[in-house]
Amino acid sequence: MTIGSGHSSLAPLPGPSPRGRFWESVMQWAISVDHKKLAMMYIGAGLIFFLVGGIEAAFMRLQLAQAGNNVVDPATFNQLFTMHGTTMVFLVGMPILLGFGNYLIPLMVGARDMAFPRLNAFGFWLFIFGGLLLYFSYVGADGLYGAGTAPDVGWFAYAPLTSRTFSRGNSTDYWILGIMVSGFGSMTTAINFIATILCMRCPGMKLMRMPMIAWMMLVVAFLVLVAIPILTAAQAMLLFDRTLGAHFFDPETQGSAILWQHLFWFFGHPEVYILILPAFGFVSEIMPTFSRKVIFGYPLMVAATVGIGFISLGVWAHHMFVVGLGPVLDSFFGATTFLISVPTGIKIFNWLGTMWGGRLQFTTPMLFVTGFVAMFVIGGLTGIMLATVPMTWQLSDSYFVVGHFHYVLFGGTVFGIFGALFYWFPKATGRLLNERLGKWTFWLLFIGFTLTFMPMHISGALGMPRRIYTYEVDRGWEIWNLISSIGVPVQMAGVAIFLWNVVRSLRKGEVAGDDPWDAWTLEWSTSSPPPEWNFDRIPTCTSARPLWDRKHPEDPDAHYE
Amino acid sequence: MFGVRSVITIVFVAWIFLAGPSVPGGPAEAFASMVQVTAPPPAPPVPSAAPPPYTMKESVAEMDARLVVCDPDAPPVSGAGVTGIFAPESPPSREIRDLSYLVFGICIVIFVVVQGFLVVAIFRGIRDRRLASQSGNDVSAEPVQVYGSIPIEIAWTVIPTIIVFVLTMVTIRTLRDIDITTPPENSMEVVAIGHQWWWEFRYPGPDGEVVTANEMHVPVGRPIWLRLESADVIHSFWVPRLAGKMDLIPGRTNYTWFSADRKGIFLGQCAEYCGTQHAHMLIRVYADEPADFETWLDHQRKPAVIDASVEVGRRVFAEYACLNCHTIDGLSDGMFGPNLTHLASRDTIGSGFIPLDRDNLRAWIDDPNQLKPGCNMPSLKLDPPELDAVTDYLMTLH
Repeated sequence: MTIGSGHSSLAPLPGPSPRGRFWESVMQWAISVDHKKLAMMYIGAGLIFFLVGGIEAAFMRLQLAQAGNNVVDPATFNQLFTMHGTTMVFLVGMPILLGFGNYLIPLMVGARDMAFPRLNAFGFWLFIFGGLLLYFSYVGADGLYGAGTAPDVGWFAYAPLTSRTFSRGNSTDYWILGIMVSGFGSMTTAINFIATILCMRCPGMKLMRMPMIAWMMLVVAFLVLVAIPILTAAQAMLLFDRTLGAHFFDPETQGSAILWQHLFWFFGHPEVYILILPAFGFVSEIMPTFSRKVIFGYPLMVAATVGIGFISLGVWAHHMFVVGLGPVLDSFFGATTFLISVPTGIKIFNWLGTMWGGRLQFTTPMLFVTGFVAMFVIGGLTGIMLATVPMTWQLSDSYFVVGHFHYVLFGGTVFGIFGALFYWFPKATGRLLNERLGKWTFWLLFIGFTLTFMPMHISGALGMPRRIYTYEVDRGWEIWNLISSIGVPVQMAGVAIFLWNVVRSLRKGEVAGDDPWDAWTLEWSTSSPPPEWNFDRIPTCTSARPLWDRKHPEDPDAHYE
Repeated sequence: MFGVRSVITIVFVAWIFLAGPSVPGGPAEAFASMVQVTAPPPAPPVPSAAPPPYTMKESVAEMDARLVVCDPDAPPVSGAGVTGIFAPESPPSREIRDLSYLVFGICIVIFVVVQGFLVVAIFRGIRDRRLASQSGNDVSAEPVQVYGSIPIEIAWTVIPTIIVFVLTMVTIRTLRDIDITTPPENSMEVVAIGHQWWWEFRYPGPDGEVVTANEMHVPVGRPIWLRLESADVIHSFWVPRLAGKMDLIPGRTNYTWFSADRKGIFLGQCAEYCGTQHAHMLIRVYADEPADFETWLDHQRKPAVIDASVEVGRRVFAEYACLNCHTIDGLSDGMFGPNLTHLASRDTIGSGFIPLDRDNLRAWIDDPNQLKPGCNMPSLKLDPPELDAVTDYLMTLH
């Protein structure tokens, strides 16, 4: 390691030929243990998988645009929604959010790197190879029986549909192993986050002076450590069932199909908060900067984050209201699910309090996080409807649920990610993304998103179940499905403009300088892009907004702590 | 800007074109063949001289629209809302509808308040920024920094807590009112068994058990205590106008209940993903007048009709593999497929998505995978005369 040596190991070594120099730069990325390089690879790989998962969704919407369409056959459709869900959760959401954590945590807490840089690289490469293993199923999953290509059991892979009897070939084994491998990567990353946040903060940065995003990432890391091993264990049990003749989930031999659901959702619900809390963190950083105000109610915000972390471990069976758990368990899990809306509501009100009385600057990141708040409120309210057990008896496994969680994970997480990409791109590359193209991206995504996912609430309430490859005519579902499908090319246009914006800005974007947004957290005190060692001198911290204190020595935050 | 707009337009037009009506040999089909190159489905081998794909003359929806429902007040069986949760025709779904209105109401109030504050905050914030820049102040001047307010924060913690407490209470009350833990008074038990991709319905009774498939008959006004089991994977019984859904789980018995208010046909379908043909696992519930229901039940209890004129077809059925999977009372006792003893008394085949007529039935027996790709019934590759004979035989099973 050359940390702090004053010599950049990035300087290209003299190579024998241009080809040699090319391999030199590839190797610099491949063997890097620098948290910033790893983070950019996390985010880049996540965006590539985002395009793949998006194309899978586009095929599904094409198939469902009309009743009785014949774009893909049923087996292919089932593979598409399985791969779409698995990709978006495990290969898009997790790596991009953990990637942002990787990039921002050391810079924001004033450290030179993560606590365990090699472990960090190990986790990243596990994620990459896990993802590739999952997608290799398209080639290699035929197996001895010659059945199946990609996994087709749904992203939550309910037993006993995953048993050898009903899922022949090796596709389900690829699903298990691909996710298991990338899951180990997430666990190592979580350990790294916790160690870095707890042990490597710069002088003066007490826990209650950490940026909100560090708090969110800390809670996320603990949730990952609690939840992912449960999934890994359940997948190991399923692998035993499938390959070694065990009977954990086989009802024919006194195994339990419900056990899988409990194990999966004990992972699955904290997972939802793993995917949304970092986005809450993005909003909590971006919104104050462009409102020109300090975050409203920092201590309550921290308490709400930790509260969400704890409560999210006790709500998993709300995915199982139609399993027949009985009125006592149904009421309990309904009540805990209602309860989690209290800390979530606190966050939304605190963001409104931050905007209130501010001087708002609607840059692209601010547009995205404002859109986040508006959309997340809708996703939260449909969540309240789904916590109402009898309503879930009607709405569970219908398109209403599909609409609900896309409002949370697309309108929420993905909007947050886009806001963060626009906000921290200048820090990572030294150049700003184009604002005009950025606004096009926002409005196209916003309109396309609403067109696609708002009608799903209606088709669900009209009785349309999810995961059907075609539907019957004359049930009133056609028009809503057509509108949903029309939204897709609008979103695709938004994403295409974003990609063009990145390519263009990397070459000739406006040079950003160290602190283009006049922000208040430590990453903006170093150069853009930061040197490999992050800070020439380890900064010190006098309040939750160290750069505010430097910019306003007459009225520092420290006075109000 | 021209570039961006024209790209959007082209993508959009292409999309509508591709998503539009499937013209034979048109773009949608060409597209489908492209898709299949990248992801070949596990389809049965197609003979080199494949006949043109079979098409049905009439959809089930058209058939339903034609079916005579004597009661002019009967709920419609086609059109928007026939499977909607806001058109209940049974006490449990009515309870849920009423609760839904309450919860919707509360959510809409919250929505308006929160989004209202957001909109006001946005417009105030934009105005304040404009005023600040107009007044010519120092650019670095910042608005008043507000770090928080204990009373306000207590308010927006306590008020939501009260709301969710109320919601929890009404949820528990509705759970108790619907009560799926004990059979309602005067109820009749019906067993529903989920199979990959069809429904078996059993009516236990002292005079012998009636077994039928996919089309469930119930008497109007009498609570049905529905016992839910599965023969393979997890399914879910969902007829939105009658009751909320409940899963059918192998190795476990679940119950739910409903009571149809009026005579009519109520549609639903499997709601838990259960494999390739999850989309074609439809449910049809026929609510009959009690007397009609008794007549139907007595008829279903009788053994299969034996008609000498279709003896050839009966022999074909008995000599080929049909009898391994299908029961015909007095002839075979296969358990893997639907009971066919009174097949011709039903309106549909293929679990509710193919109207039952001679042409459709013949095409189905010829190759079920052509109509329902991936289904578990194999094509027995019957010769045309055998095919006609067995079709004629099955059409007599009233």
